[in-house]
Amino acid sequence: MSMATGSKFMPPQATEIAKSVDSLYEFLLIVSFISCVLVIGGLIYFAIVHRRKHEGEKTPYIAHNTTLEFLWSFIPFVIFMVVFVWGWVVYHQLRHMPENGLEIGVQGQKWDWTFIYKSGRKTAGEIYVPVNQDVKLLMTSADVIHSFYIPAFRTKQDVVPGRYSALWFNANREGTFQVFCTEYCGDKHSAMAAKIHVVSREKYEDWVQTDAYKGLSSVEIGAKVYGQRCIACHSLTPTPEGANPIAPSYYGLFGKQEKLDDGSTVLVDENYVRESILNPNAKIVAGYKKGIMPTFAGQLSEEEVMGLIDYLKTVK
Amino acid sequence: MASGAHDPNLNYLNWEKGLWSWLTTLDHKRIGIMYMISVMCFFALGGTFAMLIRWELFSVGKTIMDAKQYNQAMTFHGAIMVFMVIIPGIPAFLGNFIMPMQIGAKDVAFPRLNLASWYCLMAGAAVAFISLIYNGADTGWTFYTPYSITTQNGTIWLVTGAFIIGFSSILTGLNFIVTVHKLRAPGMSFWRMPLFVWALYSTAILQVLATPVLAITLALLVAERLLGVGIFDPKLGGDPVLFQHFFWFYSHPAVYIMILPAMGVVSELIATFSQKTIFGYKAIALSSIGIAAVSFFVWGHHMFVSGQSEFAGILFSFITMLVGVPTAIKTFNWVATMYKGSIRFDSPMLYAMGFIFLFTIGGVTGIMLAVVGVDVHFHDTYFVVAHFHYVMVGGTLMAIMGGIYYWMPKMFGRMVNETWARISFVLVFVGFNVTFFPQFILGAMGMPRRYYDYLPEYESLNRISSMGAWTIGVGFLVALGVILHAIKRGKIAGPNPWNAKTLEWTAPSPPPHENFHVQPVVTAGPYEYR
Repeated sequence: MSMATGSKFMPPQATEIAKSVDSLYEFLLIVSFISCVLVIGGLIYFAIVHRRKHEGEKTPYIAHNTTLEFLWSFIPFVIFMVVFVWGWVVYHQLRHMPENGLEIGVQGQKWDWTFIYKSGRKTAGEIYVPVNQDVKLLMTSADVIHSFYIPAFRTKQDVVPGRYSALWFNANREGTFQVFCTEYCGDKHSAMAAKIHVVSREKYEDWVQTDAYKGLSSVEIGAKVYGQRCIACHSLTPTPEGANPIAPSYYGLFGKQEKLDDGSTVLVDENYVRESILNPNAKIVAGYKKGIMPTFAGQLSEEEVMGLIDYLKTVK
Repeated sequence: MASGAHDPNLNYLNWEKGLWSWLTTLDHKRIGIMYMISVMCFFALGGTFAMLIRWELFSVGKTIMDAKQYNQAMTFHGAIMVFMVIIPGIPAFLGNFIMPMQIGAKDVAFPRLNLASWYCLMAGAAVAFISLIYNGADTGWTFYTPYSITTQNGTIWLVTGAFIIGFSSILTGLNFIVTVHKLRAPGMSFWRMPLFVWALYSTAILQVLATPVLAITLALLVAERLLGVGIFDPKLGGDPVLFQHFFWFYSHPAVYIMILPAMGVVSELIATFSQKTIFGYKAIALSSIGIAAVSFFVWGHHMFVSGQSEFAGILFSFITMLVGVPTAIKTFNWVATMYKGSIRFDSPMLYAMGFIFLFTIGGVTGIMLAVVGVDVHFHDTYFVVAHFHYVMVGGTLMAIMGGIYYWMPKMFGRMVNETWARISFVLVFVGFNVTFFPQFILGAMGMPRRYYDYLPEYESLNRISSMGAWTIGVGFLVALGVILHAIKRGKIAGPNPWNAKTLEWTAPSPPPHENFHVQPVVTAGPYEYR
């Protein structure tokens, strides 16, 4: 037990199942290594020993050998069956949903993750879960297929529009772990990441009940929302000459006269920003494409939209 | 033609002249050469995209292109390599040239259909390339719905191109099945056919049975996009996962369309360069058929995390294990053939040995991915990318290169320059391992595939991988030089420079228009080295 566990060649192990997966993986590595040594070793050995010494050498006529052929069919078959059954056992643990787990809703959309808790609290880009607790994620997608992957838990599940899929885990240590999207979903696929924070039960209870924006100013709320929802596409720095970003930069945006794709111009004021967030296809800035930005109607609260507007005013 | 049939200076290359005589030729050898030229051009293009991808991934963040361009490069690399290089590479190019000669036939059963297959590939490629100019396509070669329904319009062109290319594959398969059944020389029973023919025969069955499913699926996808018919799009009441079932029902057998012919080539090379009867001839022949049959029932192993039922996952894992057995048998038989052989290390043999080396690694990692509990972690990570490149490049492409060098004397009557051919092998082989072995580790560490950008901890391995890719690139440039040099200035080869025993080597090099001056009559098996 060393090659895979806790080495830098595998992600951290943060569930019991991660340990089972790694033990099986290690067994597979060892068996595979031995098989490769036998086959490749045999290949190289025969190549050296039986290299041609002079032209016209006679070679023996060996067409087959029943014992040998039976053995090298049967032994691999047995090994395959062992790893198949072992893999089945691990897979059953991964897919067998706990009865009384804590349920958290997950929505994937281009290109971020939203988490919806029973308390009514919503987060984006960050999910909080209690340690040593069965957690069940009930997941769906607002647009295309995504996949929710937590390497430290050795589990992933596709997130499909129009239906729910589920994934469960029981994290056995506190810490922050990486979440990736692993079903190709377009331009910002590789930026569609999230963090999973495993915290103590007390901390979790506190966190899930508190107002996320308690004590924050409107601009600070906006900055927070920006970091979770807008940052993947909208930058804060001036767009360099010749660059072709997916979405307009926020730099100096507020108060500017923006040219639209139908040739008209519009003043970037509070109402324009609000419309662009809630109905992004209503007005498209020249040089950008329709249909790229998803709507945030129903996802952002009034407080958050206002916060974003106030934050936008400060970006210059 | 009849008058020239016995003129020793006339061969299939020079008995008719001019571009038009090539574009309208019905000679399987000329059609094979036309496939060779087109596949090499597609390979250069697909390879260029590969180099750009690895250049972009050399560093964290933007290196040379933005995400949109990267996704298009990734899509075109995959689509070109799969549909235009690896699938037609061995059957339509080497198979077309060599297979009819190996069974002692004058041509394939339907020469006009054979030419039509080549035009299908060309037409399909032309349509696919329209998407490059027209808005591009960024779906990956798998065209998963509903992404492919919603993304830019160039996708339709690429999908339509793949649809047309599919017919090239179906028609070639049909042609080969009839050829093998009807045109074998007197005395050439099924059990006297060379293993390359067996491999192509198994492949042809897959091409005919599986490819239409892809055609239907792609047609439905286009219908959905253009006409709004709700099949895969949940907004229209469709099922996006259904597309994956349809797609992999073709594309998993397609993996064997890609690898079985390569196994056939390797069987020929190992026997010839060991100057020894192949070990377990029947086992190798039947395992080709076995792999072809079982390959229809394993598609769900691409979908372990798609939301299919737990039972389906377990069943597909089990059946996938069954493919491992005939594959292992073949590998052991090749190594056993070398036992007490008289082995020479000409460049084709180096490629054959390189194939066994890399394919073994590709094979054992395939078993790891078939173990369903472990695949949940590896699915859609770089581990998968590394695995299928070990099989497709380390396997199929190595076999194509070995096959080209091996049959070069037959195709053009000239030998390759051994020194440079070996240099190209070393560059490709070493470069390949440097490129793809680190990707196994990246995948185990959790780096997902199709990522334009990655976490900083993945950077050092990505850098190694990119440097390996450029080494492969140089290796293939050297190989191109070797091939062109051989065609122009290579040493003149006799009819049988390798002392091989299969029928194509009894014909002159290059062969005359209808292959053999006298109809061959077969009295023994294909590997009679006694």
